[in-house]
Amino acid sequence: MTAAALELDHVDAAYGPFRALFDVSLRVDPGEAVALVGAHGAGKSTIARVASGLLPPTSGTIHVDGTDLTGRAPFHYARAGIAHAPEGRSTFASLTVTENLELAFRAARPKRDVAADMKEAFRLFPKLGERHDQLAGTLSGGEQRMLALARVLVLRPRLLVADELSLGLAPIVTAEVYRVLGQVRDTGTALLVVEQHLDHALAIADRVVVLQQGEVTFDGPPDRLGDLSSTVLLPDGSPSRAT
Amino acid sequence: MQLLEYAIRGVPTGCVFALLAVGLVLTYKTSGVFNLAFAGQAYVSAIVYYELRKELEWPLVAAGVVSILIVAPLIGLLLERVLFRYLRSAGSMAKLVTSLGLLIAIPEIAKLVFGSETRKNPPPLWWVRRTDEWLWPEGATFVLDAGQIATMASTLIVVVGLVVLFRFTNLGLRMRAVVESPRLAELSGVDSERVSMAAWMLSSVLAGLAGVLVAPLFASLNPFDLFTLLVAALAATVFGGLTSIPLTFLGGILLGVLQAVLAGTLPTDSVLTNGLRPSLPFVVLFLLLLFRPGLRSTRELADPLATVDAPPPPPVVRARPPWVATGARAFGTVAALIAFLVSWFVLDQYWLGLAISGLILSVTMMSLIVVVGMGGMLSLCQAALAAIGAFALAQVVQATGVPVVVGLVAGVLIAAAVGALLAVPVVRLDGVYLALATLAFALMFQSIFVPLSWVSGGAVPISVPRPVVGPLDLSDDRYFLVFVIVCATATALVVIRLREGTTGRFLQALQTSDVAAASIGINGPRARVVAFTIAAGIAGFGGGLTAIDLGQASYEASFPYLIGLVWVALLVSAGARSIQAAVMSGLFFFLFPALLDKLFALPGNWVESNPDAPSWVASIANAVQPTWAQSVAFILFGIGAITYAKHPEGSIEAQTTASINALVRRVEARNGDREQAPVGAGVGPGAGGSTP
Repeated sequence: MTAAALELDHVDAAYGPFRALFDVSLRVDPGEAVALVGAHGAGKSTIARVASGLLPPTSGTIHVDGTDLTGRAPFHYARAGIAHAPEGRSTFASLTVTENLELAFRAARPKRDVAADMKEAFRLFPKLGERHDQLAGTLSGGEQRMLALARVLVLRPRLLVADELSLGLAPIVTAEVYRVLGQVRDTGTALLVVEQHLDHALAIADRVVVLQQGEVTFDGPPDRLGDLSSTVLLPDGSPSRAT
Repeated sequence: MQLLEYAIRGVPTGCVFALLAVGLVLTYKTSGVFNLAFAGQAYVSAIVYYELRKELEWPLVAAGVVSILIVAPLIGLLLERVLFRYLRSAGSMAKLVTSLGLLIAIPEIAKLVFGSETRKNPPPLWWVRRTDEWLWPEGATFVLDAGQIATMASTLIVVVGLVVLFRFTNLGLRMRAVVESPRLAELSGVDSERVSMAAWMLSSVLAGLAGVLVAPLFASLNPFDLFTLLVAALAATVFGGLTSIPLTFLGGILLGVLQAVLAGTLPTDSVLTNGLRPSLPFVVLFLLLLFRPGLRSTRELADPLATVDAPPPPPVVRARPPWVATGARAFGTVAALIAFLVSWFVLDQYWLGLAISGLILSVTMMSLIVVVGMGGMLSLCQAALAAIGAFALAQVVQATGVPVVVGLVAGVLIAAAVGALLAVPVVRLDGVYLALATLAFALMFQSIFVPLSWVSGGAVPISVPRPVVGPLDLSDDRYFLVFVIVCATATALVVIRLREGTTGRFLQALQTSDVAAASIGINGPRARVVAFTIAAGIAGFGGGLTAIDLGQASYEASFPYLIGLVWVALLVSAGARSIQAAVMSGLFFFLFPALLDKLFALPGNWVESNPDAPSWVASIANAVQPTWAQSVAFILFGIGAITYAKHPEGSIEAQTTASINALVRRVEARNGDREQAPVGAGVGPGAGGSTP
């Protein structure tokens, strides 16, 4: 059996006194697309943060590609091939588009030809090419999301952790972002997609993991999710379709 | 032509400004800290260089390498590792207070290590004194000496080097990224710990270079001159918007040129010239802060991943059960009464005098409570406002012969008026900029107004008699103590009234969220102006009392701006919101160094009375010097301010809260037992009830 791209084993996590994850075990195989769904506050973003090393777990272990990285600094995760596009604004507002990209490209692979990477990034997202000299803080929300994605996608990571990509985006932009995600999966990158928008998540995923109040309550293929999908989204169990 | 010559003369001075200003910009750009302690770091390198060159007679290059390239970066590394790495996601205010504490502590630590004797004629970082003989032909209109050439060359190298670093290198890019969000940089695969360490080491090297280069400009080496020069250079820093290195360089040169041109063209011996020349940088800094477009609207870039941190602890619990409040009040009254009786019957003249000075300082400290604690404005000019109160009192009493108590009221009113005038433009500035503007005001006051005879009375301070109130002659220190206690209590009541009243609530709302406060109709600038004005009045009151206490209104003795910075550090670390902290820190400021003095004298006295003690014991005992007292006290004051980041509510307040909460829990647990409540119920409602 090959090593998992990412494996969380019995992970607990907390923000100060507030516990957010309870004994979560999760595995993403190379090339696999996993959707992580759940209501607000269920702990989805916490899992994303644990997966990229931003939040060290209080107990349990994290293996990336078979190597134990528990408690290491996040840049070790990045260098091991975990790319994390965090929720919300996740670009350096004080740097230009080009500088944002350059930072990631030169940190990841010092020997690589940055110019070629840059060209690839602007091919994936032509909009960014038009604005390459602009400060990232002046981009629109969708463009910032594209920049965050371009930064990680060009490097062909082993695993992309995408947190709430559709949040606050116009439907047409969301569609564009998911089109690129599909391309990424087809090139062999594993995906861990955190999403409230069920339709998008289910369309792209090989497997669905449902979180409720910090615990995994379902882990299986999307078609087995069945009617559960209408009941998992709110902590109190009231039915809700994400819009 | 004449003008051009003056302008060229100004370039070397401009380079000094530029070098310091660029160093500050570098630190700010790469660590987010507006590092006032830069002057302290510069001082350490200068002192090391001095000792190596003059005392140990090392060769120039070796001494330069050790002091600038080894000692300086080690200090930077130390600061980053033990302190600033924990402050990365702290607000700019916490960082500024920390650097203020370091500014006070670092030079004193250096003095403890290297000895506090005066160091005259700091050695230059170049070989020859003058170059005009071989560089310039006979009859040249002006010449540059070697020091000026060295400074200009170093400044140019530094500026070009830094521009290259930030424009073209990966390290520069990483430094800029890490300062905005260390976590986001890590997600891009950047080791932000290492980048941050490198940034601190680099900026510390620059501080060391500046310190060693600039030191020969002064007759003797001391941290105050370096800091004053640094504040002068701040004008260039602000000109560059705190981030642009080329603009900062240009600002420094312009400032030096402007100073030289003014010095050459203005008539000599006029009041304008004498006041304006030394104060020009501070005037420029003040005006730039008020009028430079863009500064007012600068928003700090928040770290988008800040939510990964644990949420901050809830604000200090103020809703306590009534019996606790009553008990605390009774306890406080009894303690104050005991302290008073001890002062009246037990203390001798020396200690009584110190206690009175401390209590008066606590009045001034209460002005800091209003402006810093309640208003959230880090004002660094309360000492100047106190001086205004003292001078006004002295002048009014001398000119009109009214009773001193009336003069005291006049001092309060005039200080408040000056405070209001200052507040109107200043309160619109954001955190760091407001601190800088008030610092500029303090230095403007010191260099323009203090020398004027209609302000301070000129070279000889105006004397202020102790008043006679009814049958009591206050020249008896014990009666004066009573008077001061009454004054301090009245001030405390004003502050409490303000804090619990509408303005206090407005200020609290504004501190929590400017936007939310504005959206419910609170006029932020107005509430801040009110707070600033009242604080200025209180500071004037404290200053007036100080003048009465000493019998004269003396700027040098009571109100130098650096002492004002120590007050801020001390109060903020004790607790910027509570009266208790103001009183404690005021008393502490005077009593603690005196106590240390006695303590450090003990070993020496013991050796004298035990002549047959073993020689090694005697030599250890004799090594302890009473002169350490001031240094140790200031180091502790400075280190206190560093703890601000951990306990923003202050150490005294934190301690009080912790012990009261423990007491409440214990009492409620016992009551719970008596009422046969289920286990834990006693704690539950207690904890719930005490949360706001």
